[in-house]
Amino acid sequence: MRITCPYCGERALDEFTYRGDATVKRPDSLDENTAEAWVDYVYLRDNPAGPHKELWHHGAGCHAWLEVTRDTVTHEILDVAFARKGC
Amino acid sequence: MRYSIASLVANALTGNRNWKPVWREPEPKPAYDVVIVGGGGHGLATAHYLAKEHGITNVAVIDKSYLGSGNVGRNTTIVRSNYLLPENEPFYEWSMKLWEGLEQDLNYNTMVSQRGVLNVFHSDGQRDAFVRRGNAMLLHGADAQLLDREQVRTLVPFIDFDNARFPVRGGLLQPRGGTVRHDAVIWGYARSADTLGVDIIQNCAATGFRIENGRILGVETERGFIGAKTVALSVAGSSGRVAQMAGLRLPVESHALQAFVTEGIKPLLDTVITFGAGHFYCSQSDKGGLVFGGDIEGYNSYAQRGNLPAVEDVAEGGMALMPAIGRLRILRSWAGLLDMSMDGSPIMDHTPVEGLYFNGGWCYGGFKATPAAGWCFAHLIATGQPHPHATAYRFDRFGTGRVIDEKGVGAQPNLH
Repeated sequence: MRITCPYCGERALDEFTYRGDATVKRPDSLDENTAEAWVDYVYLRDNPAGPHKELWHHGAGCHAWLEVTRDTVTHEILDVAFARKGC
Repeated sequence: MRYSIASLVANALTGNRNWKPVWREPEPKPAYDVVIVGGGGHGLATAHYLAKEHGITNVAVIDKSYLGSGNVGRNTTIVRSNYLLPENEPFYEWSMKLWEGLEQDLNYNTMVSQRGVLNVFHSDGQRDAFVRRGNAMLLHGADAQLLDREQVRTLVPFIDFDNARFPVRGGLLQPRGGTVRHDAVIWGYARSADTLGVDIIQNCAATGFRIENGRILGVETERGFIGAKTVALSVAGSSGRVAQMAGLRLPVESHALQAFVTEGIKPLLDTVITFGAGHFYCSQSDKGGLVFGGDIEGYNSYAQRGNLPAVEDVAEGGMALMPAIGRLRILRSWAGLLDMSMDGSPIMDHTPVEGLYFNGGWCYGGFKATPAAGWCFAHLIATGQPHPHATAYRFDRFGTGRVIDEKGVGAQPNLH
Protein backbone atom coordinates (compact mmCIF):
# COMPACT_ATOMS: atom_id res chain seq x y z
CA MET A 1 0.00 0.00 0.00
CA ARG A 2 1.38 3.43 -0.95
CA ILE A 3 -0.19 6.79 -0.19
CA THR A 4 0.21 9.81 -2.45
CA CYS A 5 0.79 12.74 -0.11
CA PRO A 6 -0.29 16.06 -1.67
CA TYR A 7 3.04 17.61 -0.62
CA CYS A 8 5.49 14.73 -0.92
CA GLY A 9 4.12 12.52 -3.69
CA GLU A 10 3.74 8.75 -3.57
CA ARG A 11 5.32 7.34 -0.40
CA ALA A 12 5.56 3.95 1.31
CA LEU A 13 3.06 2.93 3.97
CA ASP A 14 5.62 2.89 6.79
CA GLU A 15 6.05 6.69 6.55
CA PHE A 16 2.46 7.13 7.77
CA THR A 17 0.65 6.58 11.07
CA TYR A 18 -3.01 5.65 11.20
CA ARG A 19 -5.48 7.49 13.42
CA GLY A 20 -8.85 6.07 12.33
CA ASP A 21 -12.27 7.04 11.01
CA ALA A 22 -12.32 10.64 9.74
CA THR A 23 -16.09 11.00 9.78
CA VAL A 24 -16.75 10.95 13.53
CA LYS A 25 -17.96 14.29 14.89
CA ARG A 26 -16.66 15.73 18.16
CA PRO A 27 -19.57 17.07 20.22
CA ASP A 28 -19.65 20.82 20.71
CA SER A 29 -19.84 21.04 24.45
CA LEU A 30 -19.22 19.25 27.72
CA ASP A 31 -22.88 19.66 28.62
CA GLU A 32 -24.30 16.59 30.38
CA ASN A 33 -26.85 16.16 27.64
CA THR A 34 -24.08 15.34 25.18
CA ALA A 35 -22.91 12.22 27.07
CA GLU A 36 -24.33 9.89 24.43
CA ALA A 37 -22.82 11.93 21.65
CA TRP A 38 -19.42 11.62 23.36
CA VAL A 39 -19.74 7.83 23.60
CA ASP A 40 -20.62 7.82 19.93
CA TYR A 41 -17.63 10.01 19.04
CA VAL A 42 -15.05 8.20 21.16
CA TYR A 43 -16.14 4.57 20.74
CA LEU A 44 -18.70 3.77 18.03
CA ARG A 45 -17.65 3.27 14.41
CA ASP A 46 -19.38 2.47 11.11
CA ASN A 47 -16.43 0.18 10.23
CA PRO A 48 -17.54 -0.25 6.59
CA ALA A 49 -16.41 -2.98 4.20
CA GLY A 50 -15.66 -0.73 1.22
CA PRO A 51 -14.72 2.96 0.89
CA HIS A 52 -13.65 4.44 4.25
CA LYS A 53 -12.61 8.03 5.03
CA GLU A 54 -9.73 7.90 7.48
CA LEU A 55 -7.00 10.05 9.01
CA TRP A 56 -3.29 9.37 8.40
CA HIS A 57 -0.32 11.38 9.69
CA HIS A 58 2.69 11.71 7.40
CA GLY A 59 5.15 11.51 10.31
CA ALA A 60 8.21 10.52 8.30
CA GLY A 61 7.51 13.22 5.72
CA CYS A 62 5.82 16.60 5.84
CA HIS A 63 3.91 15.99 9.13
CA ALA A 64 0.61 16.80 7.45
CA TRP A 65 -2.63 15.15 8.61
CA LEU A 66 -4.33 13.61 5.60
CA GLU A 67 -7.88 12.49 4.97
CA VAL A 68 -7.53 9.37 2.86
CA THR A 69 -10.43 7.56 1.20
CA ARG A 70 -9.47 3.91 0.95
CA ASP A 71 -11.33 0.70 0.14
CA THR A 72 -11.03 -1.57 3.19
CA VAL A 73 -11.69 -4.69 1.09
CA THR A 74 -9.09 -4.09 -1.67
CA HIS A 75 -6.77 -1.54 0.08
CA GLU A 76 -7.10 0.68 -3.02
CA ILE A 77 -6.50 4.37 -2.24
CA LEU A 78 -9.36 6.31 -3.83
CA ASP A 79 -8.55 9.86 -2.74
CA VAL A 80 -6.10 11.82 -0.59
CA ALA A 81 -6.77 15.33 0.72
CA PHE A 82 -5.54 17.49 3.60
CA ALA A 83 -7.51 16.84 6.75
CA ARG A 84 -7.63 20.57 7.52
CA LYS A 85 -10.18 22.06 5.18
CA GLY A 86 -9.10 25.00 3.06
CA CYS A 87 -5.42 24.05 2.81
CA MET B 1 -19.45 -42.62 16.07
CA ARG B 2 -17.03 -42.59 18.96
CA TYR B 3 -13.35 -43.15 18.33
CA SER B 4 -11.61 -45.96 20.18
CA ILE B 5 -8.62 -48.24 19.79
CA ALA B 6 -11.01 -50.89 18.45
CA SER B 7 -12.44 -48.56 15.76
CA LEU B 8 -8.94 -47.47 14.72
CA VAL B 9 -7.74 -51.07 14.39
CA ALA B 10 -10.89 -52.18 12.57
CA ASN B 11 -10.64 -49.34 10.05
CA ALA B 12 -6.90 -49.82 9.58
CA LEU B 13 -7.43 -53.50 8.78
CA THR B 14 -10.04 -52.59 6.14
CA GLY B 15 -7.77 -50.08 4.42
CA ASN B 16 -9.40 -46.99 5.98
CA ARG B 17 -12.15 -47.19 3.33
CA ASN B 18 -15.07 -47.28 5.75
CA TRP B 19 -14.69 -44.01 7.67
CA LYS B 20 -17.87 -41.95 7.44
CA PRO B 21 -18.12 -38.15 7.23
CA VAL B 22 -18.10 -36.87 10.80
CA TRP B 23 -20.90 -34.36 10.37
CA ARG B 24 -24.04 -34.18 8.20
CA GLU B 25 -24.75 -31.57 5.54
CA PRO B 26 -28.45 -30.91 6.22
CA GLU B 27 -30.80 -28.59 4.38
CA PRO B 28 -31.90 -25.71 6.60
CA LYS B 29 -35.24 -26.24 8.34
CA PRO B 30 -37.83 -23.39 8.23
CA ALA B 31 -37.16 -22.48 11.86
CA TYR B 32 -35.02 -23.27 14.91
CA ASP B 33 -34.98 -22.28 18.55
CA VAL B 34 -31.50 -20.80 18.09
CA VAL B 35 -29.61 -19.80 14.95
CA ILE B 36 -25.92 -19.10 15.45
CA VAL B 37 -24.45 -16.92 12.71
CA GLY B 38 -20.80 -17.86 12.21
CA GLY B 39 -19.47 -21.43 12.15
CA GLY B 40 -16.05 -20.60 13.50
CA GLY B 41 -14.52 -21.91 16.68
CA HIS B 42 -16.71 -19.74 18.89
CA GLY B 43 -19.95 -20.45 17.01
CA LEU B 44 -19.48 -24.22 17.03
CA ALA B 45 -18.27 -24.26 20.63
CA THR B 46 -21.42 -22.32 21.53
CA ALA B 47 -23.55 -24.91 19.71
CA HIS B 48 -21.71 -27.78 21.45
CA TYR B 49 -22.20 -26.33 24.95
CA LEU B 50 -25.81 -25.25 24.23
CA ALA B 51 -26.60 -28.86 23.37
CA LYS B 52 -24.45 -30.59 25.93
CA GLU B 53 -24.71 -28.31 28.98
CA HIS B 54 -28.17 -26.80 28.45
CA GLY B 55 -30.03 -29.44 26.43
CA ILE B 56 -30.89 -26.99 23.63
CA THR B 57 -30.49 -28.98 20.43
CA ASN B 58 -32.95 -27.37 17.99
CA VAL B 59 -30.06 -25.23 16.80
CA ALA B 60 -28.54 -24.29 13.45
CA VAL B 61 -25.08 -22.90 12.85
CA ILE B 62 -24.81 -21.07 9.53
CA ASP B 63 -21.55 -19.97 7.90
CA LYS B 64 -20.78 -18.06 4.73
CA SER B 65 -18.06 -20.53 3.72
CA TYR B 66 -16.71 -23.94 4.73
CA LEU B 67 -15.76 -24.84 8.29
CA GLY B 68 -12.25 -23.78 9.22
CA SER B 69 -11.95 -21.18 6.43
CA GLY B 70 -11.85 -18.20 8.77
CA ASN B 71 -9.91 -17.17 11.82
CA VAL B 72 -9.99 -20.57 13.51
CA GLY B 73 -7.73 -21.84 10.74
CA ARG B 74 -5.60 -18.69 10.52
CA ASN B 75 -4.30 -18.12 14.03
CA THR B 76 -0.95 -19.22 15.48
CA THR B 77 -2.61 -21.86 17.73
CA ILE B 78 -1.36 -20.44 21.05
CA VAL B 79 -3.39 -20.93 24.24
CA ARG B 80 -2.58 -19.19 27.52
CA SER B 81 -4.23 -17.44 30.46
CA ASN B 82 -1.63 -14.82 31.35
CA TYR B 83 -3.85 -11.77 31.75
CA LEU B 84 -3.56 -9.05 34.35
CA LEU B 85 -7.00 -7.53 34.89
CA PRO B 86 -9.61 -9.16 37.16
CA GLU B 87 -12.27 -8.85 34.43
CA ASN B 88 -10.15 -11.00 32.09
CA GLU B 89 -8.05 -13.48 34.04
CA PRO B 90 -10.86 -15.67 35.48
CA PHE B 91 -12.38 -15.98 32.01
CA TYR B 92 -9.15 -17.00 30.29
CA GLU B 93 -8.21 -19.35 33.14
CA TRP B 94 -11.60 -21.05 32.72
CA SER B 95 -10.78 -21.36 29.02
CA MET B 96 -7.42 -22.95 29.94
CA LYS B 97 -9.18 -25.49 32.15
CA LEU B 98 -11.62 -26.33 29.34
CA TRP B 99 -8.66 -26.81 26.94
CA GLU B 100 -7.18 -29.25 29.43
CA GLY B 101 -10.31 -31.40 29.34
CA LEU B 102 -11.31 -30.80 25.73
CA GLU B 103 -10.14 -34.06 24.18
CA GLN B 104 -12.08 -36.10 26.73
CA ASP B 105 -15.14 -33.86 26.36
CA LEU B 106 -15.17 -34.14 22.55
CA ASN B 107 -13.68 -37.64 22.20
CA TYR B 108 -11.44 -36.03 19.59
CA ASN B 109 -7.68 -35.57 19.41
CA THR B 110 -7.22 -31.81 19.32
CA MET B 111 -3.49 -32.18 20.08
CA VAL B 112 -3.54 -29.98 23.18
CA SER B 113 0.17 -29.48 23.88
CA GLN B 114 0.96 -27.80 27.20
CA ARG B 115 4.49 -26.94 26.18
CA GLY B 116 4.52 -23.68 28.15
CA VAL B 117 4.36 -20.02 27.14
CA LEU B 118 7.51 -18.05 27.93
CA ASN B 119 7.45 -14.23 27.86
CA VAL B 120 11.04 -12.98 28.07
CA PHE B 121 11.82 -9.58 29.59
CA HIS B 122 14.69 -7.22 28.93
CA SER B 123 14.80 -4.60 31.69
CA ASP B 124 14.24 -4.13 35.41
CA GLY B 125 11.03 -2.21 34.78
CA GLN B 126 9.67 -4.93 32.55
CA ARG B 127 10.59 -7.54 35.17
CA ASP B 128 8.51 -5.65 37.74
CA ALA B 129 5.55 -5.53 35.35
CA PHE B 130 5.80 -9.28 34.71
CA VAL B 131 6.04 -10.02 38.45
CA ARG B 132 2.80 -8.10 38.88
CA ARG B 133 1.15 -9.99 36.04
CA GLY B 134 2.38 -13.35 37.38
CA ASN B 135 1.02 -12.56 40.82
CA ALA B 136 -2.35 -11.58 39.32
CA MET B 137 -2.42 -14.93 37.53
CA LEU B 138 -1.61 -16.84 40.74
CA LEU B 139 -4.33 -14.96 42.62
CA HIS B 140 -6.87 -16.27 40.11
CA GLY B 141 -5.68 -19.85 40.34
CA ALA B 142 -3.55 -19.91 37.19
CA ASP B 143 0.10 -20.95 37.13
CA ALA B 144 3.05 -18.60 36.66
CA GLN B 145 6.78 -18.85 37.29
CA LEU B 146 9.35 -16.08 37.29
CA LEU B 147 12.54 -17.31 35.65
CA ASP B 148 15.95 -15.69 35.91
CA ARG B 149 18.29 -15.46 32.98
CA GLU B 150 19.96 -18.83 33.61
CA GLN B 151 16.61 -20.61 33.95
CA VAL B 152 15.53 -19.12 30.62
CA ARG B 153 18.82 -20.37 29.15
CA THR B 154 17.99 -23.97 30.07
CA LEU B 155 14.72 -23.69 28.07
CA VAL B 156 15.93 -21.76 25.02
CA PRO B 157 19.75 -21.73 24.94
CA PHE B 158 19.90 -20.35 21.40
CA ILE B 159 18.21 -16.95 21.87
CA ASP B 160 20.28 -13.75 21.91
CA PHE B 161 20.88 -13.24 25.65
CA ASP B 162 23.51 -10.55 25.10
CA ASN B 163 21.73 -8.45 22.50
CA ALA B 164 23.31 -5.01 22.89
CA ARG B 165 19.99 -3.21 23.04
CA PHE B 166 17.63 -5.83 24.47
CA PRO B 167 19.60 -8.26 26.67
CA VAL B 168 17.44 -11.07 28.09
CA ARG B 169 17.07 -10.61 31.86
CA GLY B 170 14.62 -13.45 32.51
CA GLY B 171 11.11 -14.53 31.73
CA LEU B 172 7.59 -15.18 32.92
CA LEU B 173 6.60 -18.77 32.20
CA GLN B 174 3.11 -20.23 32.20
CA PRO B 175 3.83 -23.98 32.07
CA ARG B 176 0.18 -24.91 31.38
CA GLY B 177 0.01 -22.69 28.30
CA GLY B 178 0.96 -24.04 24.91
CA THR B 179 -0.59 -24.81 21.54
CA VAL B 180 -3.63 -26.67 20.21
CA ARG B 181 -4.13 -27.98 16.67
CA HIS B 182 -6.60 -25.35 15.51
CA ASP B 183 -8.24 -27.33 12.67
CA ALA B 184 -8.89 -30.24 15.02
CA VAL B 185 -10.65 -27.84 17.40
CA ILE B 186 -13.20 -26.87 14.75
CA TRP B 187 -13.60 -30.44 13.52
CA GLY B 188 -14.03 -31.75 17.06
CA TYR B 189 -16.63 -29.16 18.03
CA ALA B 190 -18.48 -29.61 14.71
CA ARG B 191 -18.59 -33.38 15.10
CA SER B 192 -19.83 -33.14 18.67
CA ALA B 193 -22.47 -30.50 17.94
CA ASP B 194 -23.71 -32.47 14.91
CA THR B 195 -23.92 -35.67 16.93
CA LEU B 196 -26.01 -33.85 19.54
CA GLY B 197 -28.49 -32.77 16.85
CA VAL B 198 -27.23 -29.34 15.75
CA ASP B 199 -27.59 -28.57 12.01
CA ILE B 200 -24.35 -27.16 10.58
CA ILE B 201 -25.14 -25.32 7.34
CA GLN B 202 -22.07 -24.32 5.37
CA ASN B 203 -21.93 -21.92 2.41
CA CYS B 204 -25.01 -20.10 3.66
CA ALA B 205 -24.21 -16.44 4.30
CA ALA B 206 -26.55 -14.30 6.36
CA THR B 207 -27.87 -11.48 4.17
CA GLY B 208 -30.15 -9.72 6.62
CA PHE B 209 -32.21 -9.98 9.78
CA ARG B 210 -35.98 -9.93 10.15
CA ILE B 211 -36.83 -7.67 13.08
CA GLU B 212 -40.34 -6.60 14.09
CA ASN B 213 -41.24 -4.36 17.03
CA GLY B 214 -37.70 -4.61 18.33
CA ARG B 215 -37.70 -8.40 18.34
CA ILE B 216 -35.70 -10.77 16.17
CA LEU B 217 -37.75 -13.17 14.06
CA GLY B 218 -35.02 -14.86 12.06
CA VAL B 219 -32.19 -14.57 9.56
CA GLU B 220 -32.37 -13.96 5.83
CA THR B 221 -29.76 -16.15 4.15
CA GLU B 222 -28.51 -17.08 0.71
CA ARG B 223 -30.65 -20.19 1.06
CA GLY B 224 -33.82 -18.48 2.18
CA PHE B 225 -35.31 -17.24 5.41
CA ILE B 226 -34.62 -19.20 8.60
CA GLY B 227 -36.89 -18.37 11.51
CA ALA B 228 -35.48 -18.27 15.04
CA LYS B 229 -36.54 -17.21 18.52
CA THR B 230 -32.92 -16.43 19.27
CA VAL B 231 -30.15 -15.35 16.93
CA ALA B 232 -26.56 -15.36 18.17
CA LEU B 233 -23.86 -13.49 16.26
CA SER B 234 -20.41 -15.00 16.50
CA VAL B 235 -18.62 -13.54 13.49
CA ALA B 236 -15.56 -11.78 14.93
CA GLY B 237 -13.60 -10.11 12.14
CA SER B 238 -16.80 -9.42 10.24
CA SER B 239 -18.87 -8.16 13.17
CA GLY B 240 -19.05 -4.67 11.69
CA ARG B 241 -20.74 -5.67 8.47
CA VAL B 242 -23.01 -8.30 10.04
CA ALA B 243 -24.15 -6.05 12.91
CA GLN B 244 -24.82 -3.31 10.37
CA MET B 245 -27.55 -5.52 8.86
CA ALA B 246 -29.27 -5.42 12.26
CA GLY B 247 -28.85 -1.65 12.50
CA LEU B 248 -26.16 -1.78 15.18
CA ARG B 249 -23.00 0.34 15.41
CA LEU B 250 -20.22 -1.30 17.39
CA PRO B 251 -17.20 -0.09 19.37
CA VAL B 252 -15.09 -2.12 16.95
CA GLU B 253 -12.75 -1.63 13.98
CA SER B 254 -11.86 -4.54 11.70
CA HIS B 255 -8.12 -5.06 11.26
CA ALA B 256 -5.90 -7.70 9.63
CA LEU B 257 -3.17 -9.70 11.38
CA GLN B 258 -0.57 -11.68 9.47
CA ALA B 259 1.01 -14.99 10.44
CA PHE B 260 3.92 -16.90 8.94
CA VAL B 261 5.38 -20.40 8.77
CA THR B 262 8.91 -21.40 7.75
CA GLU B 263 10.19 -24.53 6.09
CA GLY B 264 10.36 -27.52 8.43
CA ILE B 265 13.48 -28.00 10.53
CA LYS B 266 14.59 -30.44 13.22
CA PRO B 267 13.28 -29.82 16.76
CA LEU B 268 14.53 -26.43 17.92
CA LEU B 269 11.86 -24.81 20.05
CA ASP B 270 9.80 -26.88 22.50
CA THR B 271 7.87 -24.01 24.08
CA VAL B 272 6.03 -20.89 22.93
CA ILE B 273 8.30 -17.87 23.19
CA THR B 274 7.49 -14.17 22.99
CA PHE B 275 9.88 -11.24 22.60
CA GLY B 276 9.48 -8.54 25.25
CA ALA B 277 11.03 -5.61 23.41
CA GLY B 278 9.02 -5.86 20.22
CA HIS B 279 6.03 -7.86 19.09
CA PHE B 280 7.06 -11.37 18.04
CA TYR B 281 5.77 -14.76 19.18
CA CYS B 282 6.84 -18.15 17.91
CA SER B 283 6.31 -21.89 18.32
CA GLN B 284 7.37 -24.92 16.33
CA SER B 285 4.70 -27.05 14.69
CA ASP B 286 4.76 -30.84 14.77
CA LYS B 287 5.80 -30.78 11.10
CA GLY B 288 8.87 -28.73 12.09
CA GLY B 289 7.95 -25.32 10.72
CA LEU B 290 8.32 -22.28 12.92
CA VAL B 291 4.93 -20.59 13.24
CA PHE B 292 5.13 -16.92 14.19
CA GLY B 293 3.51 -13.51 14.07
CA GLY B 294 3.59 -10.01 15.53
CA ASP B 295 1.66 -6.77 15.35
CA ILE B 296 -1.63 -6.17 13.58
CA GLU B 297 -1.58 -4.12 10.37
CA GLY B 298 -2.96 -1.08 12.14
CA TYR B 299 -5.56 0.24 9.70
CA ASN B 300 -9.16 -0.82 8.99
CA SER B 301 -9.19 -3.84 6.70
CA TYR B 302 -11.48 -6.63 5.55
CA ALA B 303 -8.87 -7.96 3.10
CA GLN B 304 -7.48 -11.10 4.82
CA ARG B 305 -4.01 -10.03 3.70
CA GLY B 306 -1.46 -7.55 4.97
CA ASN B 307 1.32 -5.33 3.73
CA LEU B 308 5.12 -5.42 3.81
CA PRO B 309 5.87 -3.04 6.72
CA ALA B 310 4.31 -5.54 9.15
CA VAL B 311 6.29 -8.38 7.57
CA GLU B 312 9.51 -6.41 8.05
CA ASP B 313 8.62 -5.57 11.66
CA VAL B 314 7.89 -9.21 12.52
CA ALA B 315 11.12 -10.38 10.85
CA GLU B 316 13.15 -7.78 12.75
CA GLY B 317 11.60 -8.90 16.04
CA GLY B 318 12.39 -12.51 15.25
CA MET B 319 15.99 -11.70 14.36
CA ALA B 320 16.49 -9.63 17.52
CA LEU B 321 15.32 -12.53 19.70
CA MET B 322 16.46 -15.60 17.75
CA PRO B 323 19.22 -14.73 15.24
CA ALA B 324 19.62 -18.46 14.51
CA ILE B 325 16.45 -18.42 12.39
CA GLY B 326 17.82 -15.81 9.97
CA ARG B 327 18.56 -18.24 7.16
CA LEU B 328 15.24 -20.05 7.29
CA ARG B 329 12.90 -19.47 4.40
CA ILE B 330 9.34 -18.40 5.05
CA LEU B 331 7.05 -20.81 3.22
CA ARG B 332 3.71 -19.10 3.63
CA SER B 333 2.12 -16.01 5.07
CA TRP B 334 -1.54 -15.22 5.40
CA ALA B 335 -3.85 -12.97 7.41
CA GLY B 336 -7.03 -13.16 9.42
CA LEU B 337 -9.54 -10.46 10.27
CA LEU B 338 -9.90 -9.15 13.80
CA ASP B 339 -12.62 -7.28 15.63
CA MET B 340 -10.37 -4.72 17.32
CA SER B 341 -12.50 -3.34 20.13
CA MET B 342 -12.01 0.11 21.57
CA ASP B 343 -10.50 -1.16 24.85
CA GLY B 344 -8.83 -4.32 23.55
CA SER B 345 -11.28 -6.64 25.34
CA PRO B 346 -14.19 -8.71 24.04
CA ILE B 347 -17.94 -8.11 24.08
CA MET B 348 -20.49 -10.81 24.93
CA ASP B 349 -23.92 -9.37 25.63
CA HIS B 350 -27.55 -8.80 24.73
CA THR B 351 -28.15 -6.26 21.97
CA PRO B 352 -30.91 -3.63 21.83
CA VAL B 353 -32.82 -6.10 19.59
CA GLU B 354 -34.70 -8.58 21.77
CA GLY B 355 -33.53 -12.15 21.10
CA LEU B 356 -30.36 -11.03 19.30
CA TYR B 357 -27.11 -11.80 21.13
CA PHE B 358 -23.60 -10.67 20.29
CA ASN B 359 -20.20 -12.31 20.78
CA GLY B 360 -17.23 -10.47 19.27
CA GLY B 361 -14.51 -7.90 19.77
CA TRP B 362 -11.93 -10.62 20.46
CA CYS B 363 -9.05 -8.60 18.99
CA TYR B 364 -6.11 -10.94 18.29
CA GLY B 365 -7.00 -13.28 21.22
CA GLY B 366 -10.05 -15.19 20.07
CA PHE B 367 -8.54 -18.62 19.54
CA LYS B 368 -7.36 -19.18 23.11
CA ALA B 369 -10.79 -18.04 24.28
CA THR B 370 -12.68 -20.54 22.11
CA PRO B 371 -13.89 -23.03 24.77
CA ALA B 372 -14.77 -20.43 27.40
CA ALA B 373 -16.38 -18.13 24.83
CA GLY B 374 -18.58 -21.02 23.70
CA TRP B 375 -19.30 -22.00 27.31
CA CYS B 376 -20.20 -18.47 28.44
CA PHE B 377 -22.10 -17.50 25.27
CA ALA B 378 -24.19 -20.68 25.54
CA HIS B 379 -24.90 -19.76 29.17
CA LEU B 380 -26.00 -16.26 28.15
CA ILE B 381 -28.26 -17.59 25.37
CA ALA B 382 -29.79 -20.37 27.49
CA THR B 383 -30.37 -18.41 30.70
CA GLY B 384 -30.50 -14.78 29.55
CA GLN B 385 -27.89 -13.98 32.20
CA PRO B 386 -24.15 -13.47 31.66
CA HIS B 387 -21.92 -16.25 32.93
CA PRO B 388 -20.04 -15.17 36.10
CA HIS B 389 -16.71 -15.30 34.22
CA ALA B 390 -17.99 -12.98 31.48
CA THR B 391 -20.05 -10.39 33.34
CA ALA B 392 -17.66 -7.56 32.48
CA TYR B 393 -17.87 -8.04 28.70
CA ARG B 394 -20.82 -5.68 28.31
CA PHE B 395 -21.65 -3.17 25.60
CA ASP B 396 -22.46 -0.46 28.12
CA ARG B 397 -18.97 -0.41 29.64
CA PHE B 398 -17.93 2.16 27.04
CA GLY B 399 -20.64 4.52 28.23
CA THR B 400 -20.17 3.88 31.96
CA GLY B 401 -16.39 4.09 31.80
CA ARG B 402 -15.80 0.55 33.08
CA VAL B 403 -13.58 -0.30 30.12
CA ILE B 404 -11.19 -3.28 30.30
CA ASP B 405 -7.95 -1.90 28.92
CA GLU B 406 -5.08 -4.42 29.51
CA LYS B 407 -2.55 -2.15 27.84
CA GLY B 408 -3.86 1.16 29.12
CA VAL B 409 -3.79 2.94 25.77
CA GLY B 410 -7.36 4.22 25.46
CA ALA B 411 -9.82 4.13 22.59
CA GLN B 412 -7.30 3.56 19.80
CA PRO B 413 -7.80 0.01 18.48
CA ASN B 414 -4.50 -0.29 16.62
CA LEU B 415 -2.53 0.26 19.84
CA HIS B 416 -4.09 -2.64 21.77
